[in-house]
Amino acid sequence: MGEKKPAIKYKYLNVDNVKYKTLLTKKYLSRKPYVDGDDKKVTAFISGGIRKIYVKKGRSISVGDKLLVLEAMKMRNDIISSIDGVIKEIFVKVGDNVSKGQVLVEYK
Amino acid sequence: MPDKQKSSDKPVKRKSSDLKRRMRDALKGGGSKAIEKQKAIGKLTARERIIAILDPKTFYEYDLFVEHAAKDFDMNKKYLPGDGVITGTGILSGHPVCIYAQDFTIAGGSLGYMHAKKITKIMDHAMKLKVPLIGINDSGGARIQEGVNSLAGYGEIFYRNTQASGVIPQISVILGPCAGGAVYSPALTDFVFVVDKISKMFITGPEVIKTVLGEEISMEELGGALVHSEITGNAHFYAESEQECFDQIKQLISFIPWSNKKKADSFPKKAPKSKKYKIDSVIPTDPRQPYDIRDVIKAVCDDSELMEIQERFAPNIVIGFARLGGETVGFVANQPLYLAGVLDVDSSDKAARFIRYCDAFSIPLVTFVDLPGYLPGVDQEHAGVIRHGAKLLYAYSEATVPKITLILRKAYGGGYIAMCSHHLKADFVFAWPSAEIAVMGPEGAANIIFRKEIQSAENPDEVRKQKVAEYKKKYANPYVAAAYGYIDAVIEPSETRNILIHALEISSEKTEVTPDKKHGIPPF
Repeated sequence: MGEKKPAIKYKYLNVDNVKYKTLLTKKYLSRKPYVDGDDKKVTAFISGGIRKIYVKKGRSISVGDKLLVLEAMKMRNDIISSIDGVIKEIFVKVGDNVSKGQVLVEYK
Repeated sequence: MPDKQKSSDKPVKRKSSDLKRRMRDALKGGGSKAIEKQKAIGKLTARERIIAILDPKTFYEYDLFVEHAAKDFDMNKKYLPGDGVITGTGILSGHPVCIYAQDFTIAGGSLGYMHAKKITKIMDHAMKLKVPLIGINDSGGARIQEGVNSLAGYGEIFYRNTQASGVIPQISVILGPCAGGAVYSPALTDFVFVVDKISKMFITGPEVIKTVLGEEISMEELGGALVHSEITGNAHFYAESEQECFDQIKQLISFIPWSNKKKADSFPKKAPKSKKYKIDSVIPTDPRQPYDIRDVIKAVCDDSELMEIQERFAPNIVIGFARLGGETVGFVANQPLYLAGVLDVDSSDKAARFIRYCDAFSIPLVTFVDLPGYLPGVDQEHAGVIRHGAKLLYAYSEATVPKITLILRKAYGGGYIAMCSHHLKADFVFAWPSAEIAVMGPEGAANIIFRKEIQSAENPDEVRKQKVAEYKKKYANPYVAAAYGYIDAVIEPSETRNILIHALEISSEKTEVTPDKKHGIPPF
């Protein structure tokens, strides 16, 4: 007290319908908003490299069909289709490095 | 007569010149080039660090002549003085301690069989003598040439860290890389000190991450001092330089007991700096307004000296040591300045561990309460706020040290229970007149209780406001809880320090009988 402090830029946090004036932490601000999983999109479950692609755009796929190989932690993981459908788009090519959560294949 | 003595002295002298030569060789460490490299990045050498931490001229080194045990890969031709680690005993602020420091200038401070033997030997000493253990980490990791013997070495250290936990204080100082399995020794100890740009901790380094996952990140961003102070919570004290870090160690050691059977040093009573920290004016009465809870702690504790722990991690709760009437206490306080002081995954974890530390070392707990409840959000629920939040309930319920709670302003819902309420067997619960003990904030509660009336009203907003005001008047105070005896006394802020000191004094002989069990099963 007494000494001048630079003005703090407060934000608001809502808890039980009450808005509290406060500061938000870096970790709070960088949290990822929750998104509902999309059946039509196949995402990388781990960061890694694409080693092989079994399917082509427009092809019909059944549950259990191999889509591609994602290598991570020295393991070659077969990425298998969990639905029946037609490939709308393939977003990766062999040799690509992908991050966790990145969309690899989309169905129609 | 003098002649005779002279002749018998001779062989001893020769022996001692041999000792001097051997010592000279060993004390060279990794040689001038390696030492230069170490200095260039702001690092002291291992021996300099020990000397800087301890009281002047009190360090006694052991096992200086230990040699490494590696036989393969031409290692037998190499001389590694003391096998890359310095161990010994000394005096710190007048008390004995055991200490070791890894020497990065010698084979990168890598941990081999004898290196680990030296560390475990000094750890065993610390346990036998019941004195604190300080470990300075500066090592590239396992000595690959020694294979499974390095792994065995780490395992032996971890085992001793765990056995010593809660018996003697264990302090880890990270002054260089500390990677792979090596990180688990500090993680098992009580306090971890880091220094900006010097400390680096991670399980797998940037190179491995790049190779196996294709993710690129620098060492600093992956596991630098700031990351562990702000994000992971692995580090407890952050410093800009090694010297600042050593000063922090000395400050910490002044607050804590030297073993679980001893009491921390008593200091002369010192009044708070009441001109700087005015207890009557720190807190805005509107519970939605922020303030810095540390100013309240400083307004009541001796000399306004608070040694905060994990200052940058989960700042929505403040933990740290201070003194009341000359005796050490552990403060746990919600911090309305950050995230309105809510409890969440990180703050529960942070406070719970500190409470267990205080309980293990017989340090009384003083809890300041001002929180709206738990942080809402999918990320919190999915991150396990249930089991992490439970740690706090467990730690408070389990603690048998004197537990004194003061409710300053809001204490809503589960947050009220968790913050050392009478129901978790606090010895004393005090409240300021500004306290509001309620099941939730007035706005939320009124919306639920009077939902029908509000919805069916011609002017819902008007009715809502009216109902909120009604609820506030009736329940947003300490007297409903006091009527049930959940609050022992409603006190004026100006009385706080005297009452806390009194409560501590009369609880000094507190004993509590706990159920006979091997140990509980906390929600780790």
